[in-house]
Amino acid sequence: MNSQKILALNGLSKTFGSVIANHNVSLDLYRGEVLALLGENGAGKTTLMNMIFGHYMPDSGSVDIEDTSGAFVPLSLGHPQAAIAAGIGMVHQHFTLAENLDALDNIMLGAERLNRLRRNKAAARGKVKDIMKESGLSAPLTVPVGQLTVGERQRVEILKALYRDVKILVLDEPTAVLTPQEADTLFGNIGKMTKNGLSVIFISHKLREVLAFSHRIAVLRHGAKVGEIATSQADERKIARMMVGSETEEHTRKLMPPGKPILCFEKVSVSGRSRRESLECIDLAVNECEILGIAGVSGNGQTALAGLISGMLRPNTGNIFVDGVAVKDVRPSVMVDAGVGRIPEDRHRDGIVGTMSVAENMIIECLDDQAVQRRGLLKWDTIQAQAEKMTVKYDVRGPGIEAPAQLLSGGNIQKLILARVFEAKPKLILANQPTRGLDMGAAADVAKRLLEARARGAGVVLISEDLDEILSLSDRIMVMNDGELTLAKTRDRAELGLLMAGDAE
Amino acid sequence: MIRIEPRQSSSALMTYGIPVLSAIISLLLASIPLTFSGAPIGASYFEMFKGVFGSKFAFSEMLTRATPLIFTGLAVALAFRARLWNIGAEGQLYLGAMAAVAVGTGVFDVPGVILIPMIMVMGCVAGATGMAVPTLLKTKFGADEVVTTLLLNFIILIFLQYMLEGPFKDPMGLGWPQSSPILDQGMLPPLMDRMRIHSGLIIALICAITAQFMLARSVWGLKLRAIGENPSAARHAGIRVNRTLMSAAIISGALAGMAGVSEVAGLKGYLTSDLSPGFGYTGIVVAMLAGLSPLGVVAAAIFIASVFVGADSMSRAMGVSSYLADLVVSTSLLCVLVGGFVARFKFVRLIQKKEVTQ
Repeated sequence: MNSQKILALNGLSKTFGSVIANHNVSLDLYRGEVLALLGENGAGKTTLMNMIFGHYMPDSGSVDIEDTSGAFVPLSLGHPQAAIAAGIGMVHQHFTLAENLDALDNIMLGAERLNRLRRNKAAARGKVKDIMKESGLSAPLTVPVGQLTVGERQRVEILKALYRDVKILVLDEPTAVLTPQEADTLFGNIGKMTKNGLSVIFISHKLREVLAFSHRIAVLRHGAKVGEIATSQADERKIARMMVGSETEEHTRKLMPPGKPILCFEKVSVSGRSRRESLECIDLAVNECEILGIAGVSGNGQTALAGLISGMLRPNTGNIFVDGVAVKDVRPSVMVDAGVGRIPEDRHRDGIVGTMSVAENMIIECLDDQAVQRRGLLKWDTIQAQAEKMTVKYDVRGPGIEAPAQLLSGGNIQKLILARVFEAKPKLILANQPTRGLDMGAAADVAKRLLEARARGAGVVLISEDLDEILSLSDRIMVMNDGELTLAKTRDRAELGLLMAGDAE
Repeated sequence: MIRIEPRQSSSALMTYGIPVLSAIISLLLASIPLTFSGAPIGASYFEMFKGVFGSKFAFSEMLTRATPLIFTGLAVALAFRARLWNIGAEGQLYLGAMAAVAVGTGVFDVPGVILIPMIMVMGCVAGATGMAVPTLLKTKFGADEVVTTLLLNFIILIFLQYMLEGPFKDPMGLGWPQSSPILDQGMLPPLMDRMRIHSGLIIALICAITAQFMLARSVWGLKLRAIGENPSAARHAGIRVNRTLMSAAIISGALAGMAGVSEVAGLKGYLTSDLSPGFGYTGIVVAMLAGLSPLGVVAAAIFIASVFVGADSMSRAMGVSSYLADLVVSTSLLCVLVGGFVARFKFVRLIQKKEVTQ
């Protein structure tokens, strides 16, 4: 790493309505450097990167970039084409690949001239092969992208950026979808690429990987840059404090003797659209006062498992027992009545009806309850009073209980769901990726509520990709890989990672 | 360069001003073909206005025309709120009318207090059946209700023609394909002397108010909105999506059936195969204009009925083609839809910064 500046952000600000996404952020990037952009969710990391890449137009501020002659010129903002031409590449958190095309076509897509009839695929393949050799990234080029693994798809995305001769590569939460081993490989490759002069900005909220792989760390909080520190001088506590403003409270997990089984799966099978969405002959038991952590990379059957517990899927064979009683007609309402509280993975899709009010979303699971209705008419006053009380108790912040739920931020939507679930005093709680996309404060709140429920005697099934979360909350850990559940006999990160990747023993 | 962004909030002026402005623009647009037809524009629009608000009779005619549109508009709006695309209000209207004729023309010679409710209930049941069947096909077999309800319209219309030539045919009708008249005590009472306006309007208004209230304040309404806005979350919350969809279908069909009852037992007195000049299809326009809100349906139905009745009267007075009425209705629909778009989004002019070259 040398100290030649190649990108400078000067006082970028952006507001969405009344929300300040970024406020006067200035940041420099040097050649061959790995800069980690760290911050809680909603701190404005992605917005900042989207302004560099031209997706958003900043309200004020400018970006300067080194051009081919080495001079510093302002970047024309609001145009992705200008950013690409200036040598900026971005890999989004949600991939932007055409699944029916192979990797080579995806890489060439948009980089070809459209007014030519013949395509020069051979030359493109040669160039991609060269890039692969240099960077150490490899991916099958001739297979449709839809058949590739998530890690391979991400490499295709990076190759796509490199193919456009980028000097600056922006990665938005690159490890969110990877196994720990895949993540390590990715950072190894990034290290190799930066030696060749590439500069990388990566967005993350995982302190561990930021400390292990970056050269410099910039921390955003509430849209403003609150600190910049060389990684060699940083430690976990220091940057966590910068991120949240104060040290996070460590939740303590008292050991508790597990009670009687509250949820049992007896040789349960279900067939989904693909092998990864299917389960075969699963046995599972969750006890009272116990948190069972299900670790694993998503897409290995967690959706099917969660679907069965929440009542969205019916088992083909086998039995499900809740609190000792076999559930015959598996439906969402039956599961709710049996005392199962469900925190869905996709809170926007399954958790709330966005256009309906916060108060209506609070009661949507108990509409037949006499507490909220009489002869089919909603008891509006009771519902509103109850909703007011719950928003205070669960700290749901937003424009009020009459406002559409979609106006709440992700963390507050989750709190709304928590309020709905925990207020029903469930015997069993399914928490599917409960802290995904939440900031540290909201995530700590979720963890606290789950531990409270456990102390009260509830059983919890915690499905999460975040190994740290699983390790800190679970009494027992099972690993899900390719539709199979394995009880983990270890709490060692590396060994769990191997189990998740399916190559244990 | 212009970029389109969703508006964070819209002011009251926008909410109420834009529909009014759209209506004015649509009249301006319609004045182009009017000029080509050779009529003086000012006088034409004056005639149009007079044709709706010029006299008690004109106004009552407009409300008479609005009545079936309120029913079909409500039928479509409620179904659409549940994301159930009922394009078959026209057919369900005729089913309702046929049921009214089946019970109201002499089979049961009972007093009006019994006969009128009987006619209405049978009309609702018939209309509801007409929507329940396609919905059943949708929930059981995944048949697209847009296709099934649309095609059922034609099947029902041909069935009606058969019935009018056969079982329903009026022996005193001089061979015309029309039904026997509804018994006098079976007719919905008129609202004013010597006017065609009838109590179907009152029933339509009650339906609209009830629908508005039920949507906002009943468990059923909440379930209906939930399955329409986000079926996935509704299912996850334990709402039985298909059951709710079926209830929406039944209510929707019944309202469309009531449109037929109100036309045949409130206005015409007997059934012909041209009872409805497309009230079922215009109901879709009414519902869309109303933004699928039941009370909005009343306003939209009155607007559309005014344009139709006013343009009819204008074409008679000025001697221009009555097709201009259709034209005004379609331009106004386009304008109001574009206006709704403008109200929801804002157009941001991007200021291009001059590139600094070195």
